[in-house]
Amino acid sequence: MESKFYEKDKLLVFKITEEIDDHSVQKIRRKADYEIERFMPRKVVFDFDSVTFMDSAGIGLLIGRYKFANLLGAKLEVANLTQSVNKIFEMSGILKLIPVTTLA
Amino acid sequence: MKEQFENEMNLEFLSKSANEAFARIAVAAFVSQLDPTIEELADIKTAVSEAVTNCIIHGYENEIGIVKLHTKLSKDEVTIEITDNGKGIENIEIAKEPLYTTKPNLERSGMGFTIMESFMDTINIESIVDVGTKVTMSKKIRVPQMTTMP
Repeated sequence: MESKFYEKDKLLVFKITEEIDDHSVQKIRRKADYEIERFMPRKVVFDFDSVTFMDSAGIGLLIGRYKFANLLGAKLEVANLTQSVNKIFEMSGILKLIPVTTLA
Repeated sequence: MKEQFENEMNLEFLSKSANEAFARIAVAAFVSQLDPTIEELADIKTAVSEAVTNCIIHGYENEIGIVKLHTKLSKDEVTIEITDNGKGIENIEIAKEPLYTTKPNLERSGMGFTIMESFMDTINIESIVDVGTKVTMSKKIRVPQMTTMP
């Protein structure tokens, strides 16, 4: 996962580059929480453009980061959902809570 | 008479989370013989990933055990059995409820069985407490339409 912080907009973008399962989320979760705490962004966006596989671990990952970002006063959004990623998020109803955004 | 399959494959591996990717990729490679669509293959990979993750996190609760995966192919259908000798499921009906999880502290969503049910055509769960769990799932692979050249 790559991350980029845009100081002007206080925007933190995580571009997930690995397959998302119970194994890989452990590392993604640690890194994301560390950087959210470090940069104290106003908005956090997870970019799924490069995600070739995701199972239900992705739902738990987003719910957990949603709670953590909220706690620190940041909004959480998602971008570039692929068809298979979208299918799993739709099933969970999580997109009612987390808006889909577009990245410039 | 024993049901005849065109092809079968058995795998056994340790219940380590690194093997979740190995299991779904191995099944996908094997199922490719049936010439599934990309979406069918993605559905099968996701269902296998969910079932294997359940064995590791819930069956063995991250202790080391053996996960068995038996994949059978007929002409237009794949059947996958995933077995562990872990702690078993006390109440299968409750475990299948969407959003039900015994491990919210691990950020589990409780969507595993719901995803398996909707991505596969059939799913059957057999479980005995302290003996283990067997999940059997099947999915028909769409037969490609013959196109005739003009």
